[in-house]
Amino acid sequence: MKGDLLQLRDLAVRYGPVLAVNGVSLDLPAGPFGLGLIGESGSGKSTIGRAVLRLVRMAGGSITFDGQDIASLRGAGLKEYRRNAQIVFQDPDNSLDPRMRIGTTIAEALHAHGVVPRQEAGERVAGLLTEAGLDPEFAVRYPHQLSGGQRQRVAIARALSVQPRLLVLDEPTSALDVRTQARILKLISGLRAERDLAYLLITHNFGVVSELCEQTAVLYLGRVAEIGPTGVLLSRPAHPYTHALRSAVPEVELAGRRSRIVLPGDPPDAASPPPGCVFHPRCPLAIDRCRTEVPVLRDVAPGHRVACHLAEKVLAGAQMPTSGYR
Amino acid sequence: MNIPAGKLAIRGLEVSFGERRVVSMDELRLDHGEIVGLAGESGSGKSMTTLAILGLAHTVGATVSGSIKLDGQELTTLSPPDLRAIRGRRIAAIFQSPATAFSPVYKVGTIFTRALRLHGASKAEAADRAAEAMRQVLLAPDLLRRYPSQLSGGQLQRVAIALALALRAEILLADEPTSALDVTVQAEVLDLLRSLRESTGMSILFISHDLAVVAELCDQVVVMRGGLIVEQGPASQVLSAPTDPYTIELLESVPRLASAP
Amino acid sequence: MIETPTLPPLDASLPRGAALWRGLRANPLLAVGGALVLLIVVVAVLAPLIAPFPGDAGNASHPFSVLHAPSPAHWFGTDQVGRDILSRVIYGTRVSPVIAVIVLVIACAIGVPLGVAAGFLGGWVDELIMRITDIFLAFPPLLLALALASVLPASLTSLTIAIAAVWWPWYVRLLRGQAASVAGRPYVESCRALGISRRRIIFRHILPNALTPLLVQVSLDVGGVILTASALSFLGLGAQDPTPDWGLMVAEGQSYFTPDWWLVTFPGLAILVTAFAFNLLGDGLRDLLDPKRSLLL
Repeated sequence: MKGDLLQLRDLAVRYGPVLAVNGVSLDLPAGPFGLGLIGESGSGKSTIGRAVLRLVRMAGGSITFDGQDIASLRGAGLKEYRRNAQIVFQDPDNSLDPRMRIGTTIAEALHAHGVVPRQEAGERVAGLLTEAGLDPEFAVRYPHQLSGGQRQRVAIARALSVQPRLLVLDEPTSALDVRTQARILKLISGLRAERDLAYLLITHNFGVVSELCEQTAVLYLGRVAEIGPTGVLLSRPAHPYTHALRSAVPEVELAGRRSRIVLPGDPPDAASPPPGCVFHPRCPLAIDRCRTEVPVLRDVAPGHRVACHLAEKVLAGAQMPTSGYR
Repeated sequence: MNIPAGKLAIRGLEVSFGERRVVSMDELRLDHGEIVGLAGESGSGKSMTTLAILGLAHTVGATVSGSIKLDGQELTTLSPPDLRAIRGRRIAAIFQSPATAFSPVYKVGTIFTRALRLHGASKAEAADRAAEAMRQVLLAPDLLRRYPSQLSGGQLQRVAIALALALRAEILLADEPTSALDVTVQAEVLDLLRSLRESTGMSILFISHDLAVVAELCDQVVVMRGGLIVEQGPASQVLSAPTDPYTIELLESVPRLASAP
Repeated sequence: MIETPTLPPLDASLPRGAALWRGLRANPLLAVGGALVLLIVVVAVLAPLIAPFPGDAGNASHPFSVLHAPSPAHWFGTDQVGRDILSRVIYGTRVSPVIAVIVLVIACAIGVPLGVAAGFLGGWVDELIMRITDIFLAFPPLLLALALASVLPASLTSLTIAIAAVWWPWYVRLLRGQAASVAGRPYVESCRALGISRRRIIFRHILPNALTPLLVQVSLDVGGVILTASALSFLGLGAQDPTPDWGLMVAEGQSYFTPDWWLVTFPGLAILVTAFAFNLLGDGLRDLLDPKRSLLL
């Protein structure tokens, strides 16, 4: 869509011989907006996040930010982009330099871009820490003196210090305890409102996208299987994989009361992807066409796109084998 | 009428590191064929409880006091050889990282047969039981010829469960067995555990920080915080009508899906 | 929701001297190691004043005092030409440790930049540097040093150059591994994502986190260099008599070892104490620089 903040077109990324991302197209409008990327191992979701930050090289396709092709950015232009797009990683234990004090770590980001004059850095750091829900006193501490949740807050504060318009959050809460997770999600939600943030939320957790993302894309083996409004994906999925994934998520409310869709076989090997639709070996609805023809992402409803030959059948309520437990 | 003593009965269990007490558990019971969930955040003491039951707490420098009874037999006072006979054989354990169960330099099958022979099986018997157990967990027996690095996380975890089955374990201690697995793989492993309970009557103590998983799998739920049990009872009750503020807070923290399927 | 730190407040107002003293008290390795090294330095500087027979450190010969056992007149005894061993050991502090330090400084000066470049930049830079390094590593170190020393005029300078030339490849390898490992960590990736310059990443993140093993290795190597130097000196390729190089003294005194044990023992002990002192210092510095272990906080 024109005027989108971020546009991915046919993005492809290689890790050696393996195509981790294979033809992904996504649009992220300007903030406040959240786009969720859901997938399991091998889906390529983290790689997409890194590609957006230019931390890995693209093998094909394009990424455009504010109309500019980021692959062609150099020098000052690249540095400017680094101010506009930031990332928060999954691992709170290793995302901060253990030998640097918290305040220094955040100030480093400020100084790299001259966000504030040197004398004001301390004040700005204090403000950022407070915004992230931490007492400014933390600035003199070292990472090992903080808990996982606190370190993640610092990572968020640092990412926000350069005032980005786009934030990539790569599994920001997966390594945290339940209550800490809830607090961090609340923090992100608050920051989104305050700063008009646009973010790409990479996760395997449906509950997280449900709370923070207007739109969600489901990824499988480097491709987009389905993309649409989050609520729609959760209630009326059009792709068998989305359906199965949704069904596999444990929920407190459904304690012991349900049967679950079972996907046969094992997650695919990215090194030797199946022909045709990459999901067909595990798809209970697969027909001959699925084995030979790669499905193209197409509209099944306004704003809702699926890459499946049988999307209409899924929407109509096609039965998929369940575990039938209880 | 005699109230059955329960398969595993823990009373007054205290685990400490010197002065610091990390577990202080009044009572916990695991009945035959029951799945009990031990829920809590990090530092709640759930993993130390597992180690204490296995008689391995001293290996990390902790001291244990209190009573842990298996079918009425006191475990805390057993001699090391007697404990070794029980550990793995009657009480099996699987952990978050299945790689910890399998040394990377041996084929998976080698470790299997070694464990079985350690507990008395002959070579032929071991091979048979291994194959049978693999089939029970819906894995092809010839996967036993592979090295751990050649199997996926989900497969390894199922092999670990198969090992417990082959040893005819009566109790399975599962410490965050699905936390490192993808959602769909987790669903399979949970289904597997449930069906095994049905077919073999195995009791499972399932430890997890994920309340949703505990909710789906467990009959009884025990919520731990700071080494203490703050609430316990039937899953349906604890999760729908919690009484302890901590439990309530935990439940509120679980992200809700916008709409049910 | 503001989170307050769970630790007692930091005493940021402590004057530097008091903070240093507290650091030393909490870090005994550093204190002892540092004190010993300091002692060696002091002895070296004050050698002419401390040594009872300063002349014996140079060309001297006392035919009537040959091979005297340790006594009140000569605490460490005398050697085969009658020189006071104590004095020679004292003057030795100006030779062996100095050579070791110079060698290691040169080795680090070459090895660290090459290793960090190879580890951090990767690609063809890594390949080029490592292949060159591998060539050097393929030679047995002592033989290579021998070869080099033999083509240079026999002197302490040649000795230093020869050993340094053999030592640097090991540091390239060490630093390369460390730098590569640190470069892959999420916090370095975060720095790249934040647009922090490569130069700053190398100096503020890679080096501080990669240097610790080097520190320990260097402190262990002090003893190693001294011994290598002594081997070369023994073969006549480095220090020459009458230079009071400890290694040379040990080498020369070997043939007199039975029954005149003191020719070998005291210089040997000097090497031992020096190596030990630097080991402790290295360990202490490592602990001091590690925020997780340092009790300065």
